Amino acid sequence: MQHPNPAIDLEDIGALIAPHIEREGPMLPMLHAVQAAYGFIPREAVGVIAETLNQTKAEVHGVISFYQDFRDAPAGRHVVKICRAEACQAVGGSALADATLGNLGVDWGGTSTDGKVTVEPVYCLGLCACGPAAMVDEQVVGRLDEERMTALLRELRT
Amino acid sequence: MKVYVPRDSAAKAVGADAVADAILAEAAERGIEIDLVRNGSRGMVWLEPLVEVESERGRLAYGPVTADQAGGLLDGSLESLGPVEHIPFFARQTRLTFARCGLTDPLSLADYEAYGGLTGLRRAIAMTGEEIVQQVTEAGLRGRGGAGFPTGVKWKTVLEAHADRKYVVCNADEGDSGTFADRMLMEGDPFTLIEGMAIAGLGVGATQGYVYLRSEYPDAIAVMEEAIAIARANGLLGPDILRSGRAFDMEVRVGAGAYVCGEETSLLNSLEGKRGVVRTKPPLPAVEGLFGKPTIVNNVISLATIPVIFEKGAAHYAAFGLGRSKGTMPIQIAGNVKHGGLFETAFGMPLGELVNEVGGGTASGRPVKAVQVGGPLGAYLPPEQFDTPFGYEEFDGQGGLIGHAGIVVFDDTADMQVMARFAMEFCAIESCGKCTPCRIGAVRGVETIDRIGQGDASAIDLLSDLCETMKDGSLCALGGFIPYPVMSALTHFPDDFGARKEVAE
Ligand SMILES: Cc1cc2nc3c(=O)[nH]c(=O)nc-3n(C[C@H](O)[C@H](O)[C@H](O)COP(=O)(O)O)c2cc1C
Ligand code: SF4
Ligand code: FES
Repeated sequence: MQHPNPAIDLEDIGALIAPHIEREGPMLPMLHAVQAAYGFIPREAVGVIAETLNQTKAEVHGVISFYQDFRDAPAGRHVVKICRAEACQAVGGSALADATLGNLGVDWGGTSTDGKVTVEPVYCLGLCACGPAAMVDEQVVGRLDEERMTALLRELRT
Repeated sequence: MKVYVPRDSAAKAVGADAVADAILAEAAERGIEIDLVRNGSRGMVWLEPLVEVESERGRLAYGPVTADQAGGLLDGSLESLGPVEHIPFFARQTRLTFARCGLTDPLSLADYEAYGGLTGLRRAIAMTGEEIVQQVTEAGLRGRGGAGFPTGVKWKTVLEAHADRKYVVCNADEGDSGTFADRMLMEGDPFTLIEGMAIAGLGVGATQGYVYLRSEYPDAIAVMEEAIAIARANGLLGPDILRSGRAFDMEVRVGAGAYVCGEETSLLNSLEGKRGVVRTKPPLPAVEGLFGKPTIVNNVISLATIPVIFEKGAAHYAAFGLGRSKGTMPIQIAGNVKHGGLFETAFGMPLGELVNEVGGGTASGRPVKAVQVGGPLGAYLPPEQFDTPFGYEEFDGQGGLIGHAGIVVFDDTADMQVMARFAMEFCAIESCGKCTPCRIGAVRGVETIDRIGQGDASAIDLLSDLCETMKDGSLCALGGFIPYPVMSALTHFPDDFGARKEVAE
């Protein structure tokens, strides 16, 4: 992001991470708390966390960049994670994923032009006996086919 | 009228919440009083949402139930599958670790105790650390996370290590495709894991536990957190567990989408708030683990099996199984299979029986082409190897591994070159980057398979050499074992490797 986001307030970030300061290994809980609030890890938060934990910003960046979950820019309003792993592939998961990406006109990680849906890959949701599986925000869905996926996406985009 | 609708995420993923709502609404309309319990799953995932209704014949099963069948269910016009425990898939099992899963309300401590819960912990409280560790050793329990390392040996090392603080870390990262036993257990019987970790703490003198739980499991996270709060409120965790004068507490830590963080040392780095890079061993985590302190790292199923060992005795547990694979294993049957789900049984059942009889063959009705056992690092086994008994040594002898006991079934439409490429791609995506054979090798592997796919037959030898290099030169099993799926695919299905056939065939 080029410009500081006016909606992001350093005090808010401080309040988000404060409950975790006394915990052992507070970094991941802090990052999760920030991402839960903003949908991504704003640049400003990196500074606050670095200062609080007495680390450099580069170190905090290093941690953020290691993990798939942490985003450095906002995603669409909804995030659809489609399972790409083997058990879902065995029941047509790849074709479903390709069709979904095609319908939305995006690649993995991309967001539909209306800003409503971001599609991300996920490697197993533990729904391997009822695949193809996906997670829409925090809701799990199984036994998906193109028809159900299309209906789901339509719902998310209206 | 007592009705059970699972809260397990596999059930929710196929509509269990809507079914539960519909049952309540229809009951209200009919003026029927309903006691609706959101239980765990019985593990028969192909029947989910599997609803149970209490009757004089036992708990009658219905499934898969849709929301619009709720009225029929209440009126008795919906056909039942009979008593749930008589369904052949269920009746054939030996449920030790999963004895309560699906039977009880996962968050009812009263249910938990009524079905044997806390008996093990009470026994353990009366024992010394040495006696506790001895029980685990005698049970012959081996790590269920993949490596099969004897749990008693690990605990003994932590017990004998001198330190001001020790930890019990539960590995709930369950990243392997085709596996969901950890998830089902945590969502369906979370107190078992808590009890197991408390016994571990008493055994080795650890006072703090962490459950490192993957972020892909929001339902399991919610249930575990609630269960821990209930346990704490009831004196099962805290400064004085069950008035023993001994302290043990625990909390959930959420992962962040890295497969490699299931590797124990990477997991510890992640818990410490660092990049999840694998550490060189030694030192073992048992000696220098979390924050440099002696640490037990065990899989969910290893720890959740501890209570039944203490409840029924080590000898009882060890009497099940085959050779050095003692006890039972919750086997997860997934992918293109008719009867997918969790099947707990003593070690020793032949792979083919699991796939064809228990699992009922493919869901598509086409012939089975191969199964992948043990997650993304496990070998693809063709039907010719289906007489292999399910056991650590037996699979090793066949060039495979049982890992976390997931079996993923593929029918004859599977393209093994695509699966081999996916294995390499997965390794490239998930590599922690510490060693070259894995980090660079996996990228080369994808390129090499693409060359094979373009008709360059000379690339096949290159792929074999590359796999040798990765096997020998990788620090952990991610880079070291990825050659298993790749080479088994190549060895057993050479016809799938080569120029891509035209689609219009
Ligand atoms: C790449 C990789 C991923 C792993 N993922 C897991 C996992 O998700 N869950 C798990 O219990 N063990 C996993 N393991 C094995 C752990 O390193 C470790 O052996 C295990 O947690 C020990 O517990 P156990 O003895 O109870 O099995 C993984 C290993 C590797 C190399
Ligand atoms: S084999 Fe791969 S994942 Fe394992 S330590 Fe080496 S680079 Fe990391
Ligand atoms: S492989 Fe897709 S949910 Fe497990």
